[in-house]
Amino acid sequence: MSSLLRNRKIREIVLQALLVSIVAVVLIGMVVNTRAALDAQSLTTGFGFLERSTGWDFSFSVLPYSISDSYTKTLTIGILNTLLLGFLGISLATIIGIVIGLIRTSGNYLFSLLGTIYVEVFRNVPLILQAVFWYSVVAHLPRPKSAIEIGDLAFITGRGIYFPVFNIALWSVAMMLVLFIGWLLVLGHFKRTLASGRYHSVRKIGWCLLPLLCLALAWFARIPDTPLLDVPALKGLNFKGGMRMPPELTALVIAIALYGGAYIGEVVRAGLMSVPRGQIEAGFVTGLSPYHIFSRIRLPLAVRAVLPSLTNQYVQLMKATTIGLVVGFSDFFMIVSTSINQSGQTLELLAILMGGFLLINLTIAFVMNAINRRIAIVGYEVKS
Amino acid sequence: MTTAIQQLPPAKPSFAARLQKSLFNSPLDCVISVVCAALLFYLLYQIIDWAFIASIWRAEDVALCKAADGACWSVIDARHRIILFGLFPFEEHWRSTLACIVMVATIVASCFTWFWSATRLGLLWLCGFGVFYILMRGGMFGLTGITPERWGGLALTIFIFASVSLIGMPLSIVLALGRRSKLPVVARLTGLFIDFFRSLPLLTILFAAAVITPFVLPGWLQGDKLYRVIVGFAIFFACYQAENIRAGLQAIPPGQDEAGLTLGLNYWQRVTRIQLPQAFRNSLPSIVNQFVITFKETSIVTIVGFFEILASGHAAYGTGEWTPHYVEVYVFIGLIYFAFVFSLSRYGAYLENRMRVGHG
Repeated sequence: MSSLLRNRKIREIVLQALLVSIVAVVLIGMVVNTRAALDAQSLTTGFGFLERSTGWDFSFSVLPYSISDSYTKTLTIGILNTLLLGFLGISLATIIGIVIGLIRTSGNYLFSLLGTIYVEVFRNVPLILQAVFWYSVVAHLPRPKSAIEIGDLAFITGRGIYFPVFNIALWSVAMMLVLFIGWLLVLGHFKRTLASGRYHSVRKIGWCLLPLLCLALAWFARIPDTPLLDVPALKGLNFKGGMRMPPELTALVIAIALYGGAYIGEVVRAGLMSVPRGQIEAGFVTGLSPYHIFSRIRLPLAVRAVLPSLTNQYVQLMKATTIGLVVGFSDFFMIVSTSINQSGQTLELLAILMGGFLLINLTIAFVMNAINRRIAIVGYEVKS
Repeated sequence: MTTAIQQLPPAKPSFAARLQKSLFNSPLDCVISVVCAALLFYLLYQIIDWAFIASIWRAEDVALCKAADGACWSVIDARHRIILFGLFPFEEHWRSTLACIVMVATIVASCFTWFWSATRLGLLWLCGFGVFYILMRGGMFGLTGITPERWGGLALTIFIFASVSLIGMPLSIVLALGRRSKLPVVARLTGLFIDFFRSLPLLTILFAAAVITPFVLPGWLQGDKLYRVIVGFAIFFACYQAENIRAGLQAIPPGQDEAGLTLGLNYWQRVTRIQLPQAFRNSLPSIVNQFVITFKETSIVTIVGFFEILASGHAAYGTGEWTPHYVEVYVFIGLIYFAFVFSLSRYGAYLENRMRVGHG
């Protein structure tokens, strides 16, 4: 026996078999234990509950809903709310990040000091603290009666931000989005297949046609007997009409944008600094203007250098949106935890929660990697 | 000799010259500099005015707060004990204070190179953490016992951070070595484990630890909700830290390990004497950075129902006369976090710089 154990191959196989059996025993033990616990509390498992209506209300939804809607629909709304929050927060964070990255690489000491102060302040305080802080600030804005007006169209109040919307059906908005994305795809196809001159004329015509088409669509899809533009107006104690952005969402978007902006600013700065000096000097020698050196040389190279770490940041920020619960924003996590409280289907709902986040994050990573592959310059490796 | 001198870098330009080049290089630069200087001075003036000049400091002067333009620090004067200690019994606050000081001293001490060996670091943390726990928990040496449900505020935040580090660090080393293992089953299983936990938001893991473990684990393994959440947090931390350590392991030239093999060292000797010391050296900045992130993320436990510093701050301004002064409370908590996180991240940057010099 001892001589067998001295043989390395056999020892390795025994070791691995041992590990596998330990893992298997632990997993089986967990399953058995779960069964017993569920039986003891006489809980039923399975996803049948998804068809039941929820019977509870939540604070914010991107789609119209009622408390008699099924769990499936409610959970979908949760995912959409999270996606909306992530989209708004990450877009703003990217804009802030680019500005901060530029400021920090400007070469002017005082200017970059401002950027540094921004980054250090917002990066070193937990996101959740920033979120509750902004929520308190937003909730303490004036009452509707003394709202801050922006040209009689939008109103900023402690109950939310009210802004005008078009009175058009939801399906047409979706169609416009499809149209826009489709056009971008077609454009990408034309860029590869058409000659440069023809491509440019096609592009020009397309960009002129697109808004016209959207306008026509909006006209067809407008809700009858209402004005095309729905402007909020003060009626009694509150505003009627228009669209309301609730304070929870506003606070979270501000917090994620400022916090993410600090991180993305650092990523952008690293990217801009990674562009080799020789590239910029070559630009100067060929007589490009500083603007063209930036837009044609530094930015494109920097974007390629930072895309992987930017993807990482986006995934991190998307995960960070789960803090919506602290301010009462009905994001995916909050909907799931309320569902668990109400239905008792803990295990199933947690599986849905984890699966949902896995799906969102994998999608982000997939899209960003596809972009990364697409724009990579063959034979040119940027060191990041 | 002459060539050596010629290879020296050119002398640094004088401070004035660098200032001139950086601030007043072109007319546009001049304008930007002046505007920025004005903005900075304005910001500084506003902050000093708000925080120091026009502010009210003492709790008795709360009546003056309404008229004051500046900060109303009375709320901190009156309620700082709630923010720092939560529901900890009032007459035992000295224990909580002392425990926090001991833990912070432990963290600071582990930043010194003298402690950077497994035995010293392990002893330091076991002692520091042990003293912290005894001071907080009591029940021995004549201290009255205080159960973890009544811990709160800064002490709870530090407790969570310290215990997550203490459990997570050894676990992360095991996971990193497992993933690098030559045995395919071990490498696959640890890889799967790490990737699974890394793909989920921390909050879902803490939530699962709080609500799922009662189903999954037998009763004798469950323990208090606080400990379950800490273990979940530690696993999450370890999975991220393991990837940092793995990056450090991969950066070691293979010749190092082969040299160990030819000397006849066995696996554990090679791991503890050759691989891990160099891996830690390689990835120390990102390891410190992970601690920084973890300290910030301890604030998330407030969502699963713990009374850490964020929740206790919320309670501090939540009553009666203090409700308008939420900004001061959040600024106070923000400053506490900032002090910890900023100094840790500066330390990480210092290490990164020092190593760059070391590698030439």
